[in-house]
Amino acid sequence: MSQAALYLGLGMLLWALGLHGLCCQTHPMRRLIAINIMGSGVFMVLVTLATRGVAIDPLPHALVVTGLVVAVSATAFALRLATPGRQDMRKPEQR
Amino acid sequence: MLDMNLLFDGTLCLLLTILAIAAIHARDLYSAVIMFISFGLLLALTWARLGAPDLALAEAAIGAGLTGVLLFGALARCNPQPAIRLSRPRMIGAALLAFVVMATLLQAALPTLDMRSALPALTHYHLPASGVDHPVTAVLLNYRVWDTLLELVVLLLALLGVRQLRPAGEAFPTAWPVLLAWARLLAPLGIVIGGYLLWRGSHAPGGAFQAGALLAACIVVLRLAGMIGPMNWAGFPTRLLVCGGVIAFLGVAVVTGGWGDGWLVFPASMADHLILGLEIIATLTIAASLSLLVIGEHREMDG
Repeated sequence: MSQAALYLGLGMLLWALGLHGLCCQTHPMRRLIAINIMGSGVFMVLVTLATRGVAIDPLPHALVVTGLVVAVSATAFALRLATPGRQDMRKPEQR
Repeated sequence: MLDMNLLFDGTLCLLLTILAIAAIHARDLYSAVIMFISFGLLLALTWARLGAPDLALAEAAIGAGLTGVLLFGALARCNPQPAIRLSRPRMIGAALLAFVVMATLLQAALPTLDMRSALPALTHYHLPASGVDHPVTAVLLNYRVWDTLLELVVLLLALLGVRQLRPAGEAFPTAWPVLLAWARLLAPLGIVIGGYLLWRGSHAPGGAFQAGALLAACIVVLRLAGMIGPMNWAGFPTRLLVCGGVIAFLGVAVVTGGWGDGWLVFPASMADHLILGLEIIATLTIAASLSLLVIGEHREMDG
């Protein structure tokens, strides 16, 4: 089995593991971690496909660099939506 | 005789799989977050292994560093979940679904390994006219500069979303002496390396994203050590830093669209200066936005 096939398979496996976790787990933080792992699987497939030719294809690399920043911004927003802050935990009449 | 390279790859894949499972299913959330951070670090190693040093740099700073801080921050304010036993039928159903999806994907994707794309040749052919020598930077800031513009918009939107929801605003605990000592050492080093990465991006792996993420990590470390005060969102400088990237890219788009060859088509003679300028602004915007996203307090975001 070649290196490319190994990492392509791993990318798919990570995606599938993330999907499995997303279906099983109920806690929002665990689900976010599962989504991030699915994203890592997608990145891995892209980067593996970039190694196909003689020269490495820079386009998927650029896409993944962009994707990393987008993923961390989305995670920050989702974590804020999923977890209450101090002021949200107080009773409404105290606000 | 087993090939040493394949042995290394196999071990890396096995470790990544185990860490991914542990990050999702670990018994308590704290260890799940630790597993996820280790997963990010090993992923950076994998990118280096797959010939993508740009990604390895970005992943080490963003995937492992900033996401880790974010998750720990969220962990501190979410209510600890009582141990729930996952129902067995649900686990089996999900496993079946994941297996079917993975089999379909593999069947579809394995043949593409033998196909060749025409894009690398095109990228290298046009490289001399792009103004930089490093193909990934050329793609990011010349051929596909739209992607970078839209990514900065996404970053701004995420920041505005967090600001609307009011960030949680924990008071940081007093810094531990070890953190203080390391912050004094790491932050200046990080700033120097960030500047170097930014400069190097024109001809070697590195560039605005990696430099911005590293600078954001430095700001986070200094902030957690209590060495710098909050950035004031109401103040003009912070707002300029956060919006600067989008404004600069849109400005260049309008100028090249109105007086040049088309929206965001750089003239070959000025491309190198334009790209360097845009990269510096993008670095500052990414650093400011990411650090505000990760450690923004409501006091500083209320403005």
